[in-house]
Amino acid sequence: MTATRSLTVPATRTRRRRRATGDDTRKVNWWLTAVVAVLSLTVLIPLYFAVVTALKTPDQLAGTGFELPTAVTFENFVNAWNLTEFPRTLMNTAVIAVGAVVLTLLTNSMVSYAIARNMHKKFFKGVYFYVLTALFVPFPIIMLPVVQETAFLGIDNQVGLILLYTVYGLSLNVFIYTAFIRSIPIELEEAARTDGASTWRVFWQVIFPLLGPMNATVGILTCVWAWNDFLLPLVILSDPNARTLPLAQYVFQGQFNTDYTTAFASYLMAMAPLLLVYVFAQRWVISGVMRGSIK
Amino acid sequence: MTTTAPPSRVRPLPDADTPPGGSGGGTSRRRVIGRTPRAFYWMVVPALVLFAALHTVPALIGIFYSFTNYAGYGTWDIIGIGNYVALFQDDRVLRAYGFTFGVAIVATILVNVFSLLLALFLNAKIKFQSAFRGIFFIPYVLSILVVGYVFQYIFANSLPQIFSGIPLFRDNILANPDWAWLAIVTLTVWQGVAFSTILYIAGLQTIPQELYEASSIDGASTVRQFWAITFPLIGAFFTINMVLSMKNYLQVFDQIIPLTNGGPGTSTESITLLIFRGGFQGGEYAYQTTNAVVYLVVIILVSLVQFRILQRREVDF
Repeated sequence: MTATRSLTVPATRTRRRRRATGDDTRKVNWWLTAVVAVLSLTVLIPLYFAVVTALKTPDQLAGTGFELPTAVTFENFVNAWNLTEFPRTLMNTAVIAVGAVVLTLLTNSMVSYAIARNMHKKFFKGVYFYVLTALFVPFPIIMLPVVQETAFLGIDNQVGLILLYTVYGLSLNVFIYTAFIRSIPIELEEAARTDGASTWRVFWQVIFPLLGPMNATVGILTCVWAWNDFLLPLVILSDPNARTLPLAQYVFQGQFNTDYTTAFASYLMAMAPLLLVYVFAQRWVISGVMRGSIK
Repeated sequence: MTTTAPPSRVRPLPDADTPPGGSGGGTSRRRVIGRTPRAFYWMVVPALVLFAALHTVPALIGIFYSFTNYAGYGTWDIIGIGNYVALFQDDRVLRAYGFTFGVAIVATILVNVFSLLLALFLNAKIKFQSAFRGIFFIPYVLSILVVGYVFQYIFANSLPQIFSGIPLFRDNILANPDWAWLAIVTLTVWQGVAFSTILYIAGLQTIPQELYEASSIDGASTVRQFWAITFPLIGAFFTINMVLSMKNYLQVFDQIIPLTNGGPGTSTESITLLIFRGGFQGGEYAYQTTNAVVYLVVIILVSLVQFRILQRREVDF
């Protein structure tokens, strides 16, 4: 009985929230809608710039940049594709981001579970606060030594980056996860335990599935971070073939900084993958991030 | 009720991971709960070792090197607090701190003002609400470095032509040592608003609608409602947003590379950029590690002070 009741708790919570916004019967504020529409141009205009410039030939570049291309050319994309070795760069980025997300979800949730269920014990409480202190340590303080360390350990590559994202995300993720895990009724686990489940089984079969919404939040935050990060790959990766998308833009810009049209095609190609995913998963991404903040 | 009281608490947990010895009895409820299954340690310890190895150890190594004259290669000696003394007399370092704090403070204020306003707009009854939310969140999913190159083009090529009447923009703001920081703030705000807005919307949705209904019956204006209800009730979100923004923008780096790369001269060199350059390319490994240690202390102090001031305001309500 208790099991089924508590299982529905998270579900009712989201349903209630949706109703609160859905039942809004106030009149549409058209003035405000117009204001917001104008404001949204601040986001859309830079994107517009990227698209039209990427479609132009160099001799169409004169002017403010607002002008539409007179003759659309896709040659820029072909050039950018080759110059940045796009397939490999994309693959590198994807491997790092996916690896970081998977490893983060599996390990960080586990650490949080052990901490949340043993908060009353000195050891676990100590671990909790120890990990949290990392929230306040700026990256530059570890930047120089960690580069030496990863080089020494031979993980100055994608594997190392995956590990670093997993470890550096731990403090924030433990913070998000533990608050949520503590709201999961302990009776659920005890029911499983009386049926003979071990702690591992309880975690994988009872707790981990219940973490769904938090996993979504943590997954999104980690993915966006690992995908777009620039400084960490810049200092860690030693092999140019391991280059990620932001790094490729950086190197590319240094070598061809006058070739604007090709550069813009390259920028657009670097932005496109996550932007495309976002366009399709937009509602889900936003609600996921919001859920993480409400805890 | 008594029958539904979890029997599992009374009976010893048949947990395979329970450390052997003494678990047989289990008559005392305290003892059963008090025992930590070994699995919990397996869940934490490997991650903890990795965390210590890749986060704490580098931090400690950094602090150690700050007392040496290590150049990043070759031999080194311990030189005491020499680096610290030199640091506080180094104009370039002081300028980097001035620049970084200027950008961080202005960006934090602007991001929070804009995103709070935007969150209020997006939470009001407007048409296409979720579509607009979707648009304003776009900057968050884009790489700031890549967007920065697009902004670089806009600042360097488009604005001079559009605002050819305004000397500041006509002459390319990025090449102006006094005003290039403004471009960096613009890009920072452009991206930062996205995330803060979502956090504020989340905060606004925790406020019960009834409060607004009651206050509008009492004849409160929209402005009054904001100061009397909305702002106090999202106090915690305001605190978090302010502290996180400040901490993030004190680490400004990705924005600077595409826009000015630290220039003109060193006028837009942030602390992070200086540590990166001096540490990796300038043979100042130990010296810039010292800079990083000081920077750590500064960031912690700033965060603590912010928390104290902002939370006091929360309590006052």
